[in-house]
Amino acid sequence: MHPFNYHKPSTLAEAVALHQGAEDPAYLSGGHTLLPTMTQRLAAPSDLIDLEGLTELIGIAVDNGTLSIGAFTRHAEVAASTEVQSALPALAELAEGIGDAQVRNRGTIGGSLANSDPAADYPAAVLALNAVIHTDRRQIPADGYFRGLFETALEADEVITRVDFAIPSRAAYEKFPNPASRYATVGVMVADFNGTVRVGVTGAGPCACRADAFEAALSARFDPAALDDAELPAIDFNSDLHASAEYRVHLVRVMAQRATARLASL
Amino acid sequence: MSTETGIGAAVKRREDLRFITGRGNYTDDLNVPGQTCGVFLRSPYARAKIGAIDATDALQVEGALAVFTGRDTATDGLGDLPCGWLVKSKDGSDMAAAPHPPLAVSQVNYVGEPYGLVVAESLAAAREAAELVAADFEELTPVVATAEAAEASPIHEGLKDNLAYDWELGDEAATDSALATAAHVTRLDLTNNRLIPNAMEPRAALATFDPASGNYELRTTSQNPHLERLVLSAFVRIAPEHKLRVVAPDVGGGFGSKIFVYAEETVVTWAAAKVGRPIKWTAERSEAFLADAHGRDHVTHAELGLDGAGRFTALKARTTANLGAYLSTFGSAVPTYLYGTLLAGQYKTPNIHVQTHGVYTNTAPVDAYRGAGRPEATFVVERIVEAAARETGRDPVELRRLNMIEPDDFPYETPVALVYDTGNYQASLDKALHLADYAGFKQRRAASETRGKRRGIGFSCYIEACGLAPSQLAIQLGAGVGLYESGEVRVNPTGSVTVFTGSHSHGQGHETTFAQVVSDKLGVPFDDVEVVHGDTGRVEFGLGTYGSRSLAVGGSALISASEKIIAKGTRIAAHMMQTEPTNVAFEEGAFISGNQRLTLQEVAFASYVPADYPPDLEPGLSEKAFYDPENFTYPAGAHIAEVEVDEATGVVQLVNFVAVDDFGHIINPMIVDGQVHGGLAQGAGQALLEHGIYDANGQLTTGSYMDYCMPRADDVPDFVVDTTVTPCTHNPLGVKGCGEAGAIGSPAAIINAVTDALGTEDIAMPATPEQVWRKLSGL
Repeated sequence: MHPFNYHKPSTLAEAVALHQGAEDPAYLSGGHTLLPTMTQRLAAPSDLIDLEGLTELIGIAVDNGTLSIGAFTRHAEVAASTEVQSALPALAELAEGIGDAQVRNRGTIGGSLANSDPAADYPAAVLALNAVIHTDRRQIPADGYFRGLFETALEADEVITRVDFAIPSRAAYEKFPNPASRYATVGVMVADFNGTVRVGVTGAGPCACRADAFEAALSARFDPAALDDAELPAIDFNSDLHASAEYRVHLVRVMAQRATARLASL
Repeated sequence: MSTETGIGAAVKRREDLRFITGRGNYTDDLNVPGQTCGVFLRSPYARAKIGAIDATDALQVEGALAVFTGRDTATDGLGDLPCGWLVKSKDGSDMAAAPHPPLAVSQVNYVGEPYGLVVAESLAAAREAAELVAADFEELTPVVATAEAAEASPIHEGLKDNLAYDWELGDEAATDSALATAAHVTRLDLTNNRLIPNAMEPRAALATFDPASGNYELRTTSQNPHLERLVLSAFVRIAPEHKLRVVAPDVGGGFGSKIFVYAEETVVTWAAAKVGRPIKWTAERSEAFLADAHGRDHVTHAELGLDGAGRFTALKARTTANLGAYLSTFGSAVPTYLYGTLLAGQYKTPNIHVQTHGVYTNTAPVDAYRGAGRPEATFVVERIVEAAARETGRDPVELRRLNMIEPDDFPYETPVALVYDTGNYQASLDKALHLADYAGFKQRRAASETRGKRRGIGFSCYIEACGLAPSQLAIQLGAGVGLYESGEVRVNPTGSVTVFTGSHSHGQGHETTFAQVVSDKLGVPFDDVEVVHGDTGRVEFGLGTYGSRSLAVGGSALISASEKIIAKGTRIAAHMMQTEPTNVAFEEGAFISGNQRLTLQEVAFASYVPADYPPDLEPGLSEKAFYDPENFTYPAGAHIAEVEVDEATGVVQLVNFVAVDDFGHIINPMIVDGQVHGGLAQGAGQALLEHGIYDANGQLTTGSYMDYCMPRADDVPDFVVDTTVTPCTHNPLGVKGCGEAGAIGSPAAIINAVTDALGTEDIAMPATPEQVWRKLSGL
């Protein structure tokens, strides 16, 4: 690890000011991507601005059909939250399946979304649940947030403060884990908003995306068989040691069908 | 003797309290005054000429002390790292051994090969300096693929090709003739996937040099510190043995990968004298992936001939074994003497011929990894037997039973140079079939099918040879070291016992098992016996732990030494009781003659305070023994795997696994169960998850846990393990060894189950979800 300056601001404004005043700064949230990259000497920020002191970024609330989760809320807190479990059980289940216990105890929803790893779980939920990403300066709708591989709508010094998820009538997340890393080789969330279905897909392409044809098919007929011939998202499917693009194409459909089947059988 | 702590008792491991409470002393836990840090410079290329190396900027880093390269070690006369087993080709010529300098001098031959060492005051400074070393490389075309290496242009200058040896065993003409006349011949092309050992503790070294005495001390993660000292003295020529102490303190797993004498430990020891300060080096996990010796990596064509009744008439195997860029310490022996000799398996196949081409490639050296040659042999035998059963429409169990060596056939001489001393293979198979409820399999399969799952069952009746022996024969076959073990039993003046063994424990629980053995033999309380190992300064000599040899060979040495203690104690006791030694019996820790009784403690005290003592006897009660076995031991067993395959995704779930093993007598059944569980998990890893993959440029693409898939708890079922017992006929404990059996038997059982579920002839290991899905989809 290269030397760096460490800051632990106690307000959002202070954090942003520190960022703007530093040469090559980085915000530190759970640190589960940034810190390993730094220890491998692949990243060398001049200043690390730890967001842990920003209590305004922590917390979970349900209000008027919306589930709000503070950006610094850990995955384990989301998974264990009775509010999340009752309002949006699919999201609690998703959080429970991220990484391992150590990751869940450190990693945060804001950190995950800011990083936008193509194999992260939360992005599928953000798209399927029509979330709004709140930052220190604006609100970004889910559909405009993910831009590409590790690329989002965020500006360099922008801080996610909370994520508001629309609460559907029913939703389910199905993940096909990479056997080694347990990241999502493919993860699909199917969310039904009183007959209007949204489908978020992660792991398949450079960033999370929606499966429009799946949504249309399921909105017309909420049945796994409705997806048998539905068109896949028009993305460049990832291909790696563990799953070729061809296999991912297949898995997206299978995971979407399994999520649908779970809901249809309820 | 107390049944609670003696032989056969499931004594809890006394070493575990310190391990699970964080009080172990691993190499990286140790620190000495004045210590510096070492970081190795590693090749980014699979094959390249080394040009100029400029350390000017590196040495400007605050705290940087020195940068050494292969030119420095060469100039200083450091010897090459030797291969400890000279294998001869079938034409009688010696294997072509490429020189293996501790630091690459003119050419690097695999990604991660060390070509320099940076020493600095801190790890951060060493890393920063290492980044600033400017090295010029001229890239050369690498040779990577196992199957193509022999034909490719040679990677080493001075060698005519990449063939290290062309070895054979068995009667080729008789085998070919039997195959030509067989009623049926089953043919199979098999790949045994490359594995990367992953001990919990990565390799580490802390080397010191005392200029006042000229003594070196190396504390390191070694499975056999005496061998390390021998090689560093006699071959690398760092220091003579009496000036070099090698200590292997607590070691967190090895699985074979810490047997070998590596570049890093060697160079750090040498450099400690050069910088005049102690140097510590601890591998990062990514270094371990690149530079620990890998395992397996065979490509084999096999043919099995059967007569009309289903009896095996001949087995032929043509194997190409990837040895990596250099011959590692025992790398040459693994795909030859530890592989070809096991191809008879449990069967009376009358004709066997095996040919192994050992090839060089631009990959990390390959050497022994849990099982070492025997998993590869078992995979060939048990896969082709299963395939033959399916091709000829026979029940795989009955075909095996038909061909098995019978209990009254022992001793049984195989066509591939071994003499099995004892066994009862049918007994293990019968017990395993019962535990696996083979009769109920069809019902379970039908139940799985209703859930969109295909179910398969697979068998593997393996044999292994442990406690490589005897020394004289092995040395004739090319071994560079003896294969005995030393032990010393020291009864202290007040009767407690200190046991010194040349075996090494790095997870096996010897501190418990060996104490059980000696406490049982000498009738002293278990808590009064302490086991010392892993220190050339305290233990006379030893050959360490590998090949499931510790109890069979090292434990036997302790029995011999204990018997000497009893013999000497008998003379002392006879003198004290004023009778003849022949009138004295030793029972449960006491010397008894008529109604007289002296405890071992009383006799020990008398030996150190010799007031009433035989005039012709030396004082003291401490005895040494070297035990050289007359034969291998032959653990064997039956493994049955059951899998469920998800038809939609191709995911294979190992849902049931039964292992019934014959390890001979068992000292501590709890430890044996643990050894089997660990081995089975590694076998499941090989069959379903693990694969060391290099791309065409020789870059390791599975260099971290993000891509190299280690088995996790949820990847394996609750193993059902049991044993049968035919005691080894030639060692005093009647033991055979249990450390590797799980990893040896299980891959074939699991792949047999997967192919059974899929209805395919073969599937390559690891049977990954995508591969299975492709088979299911006909892609």
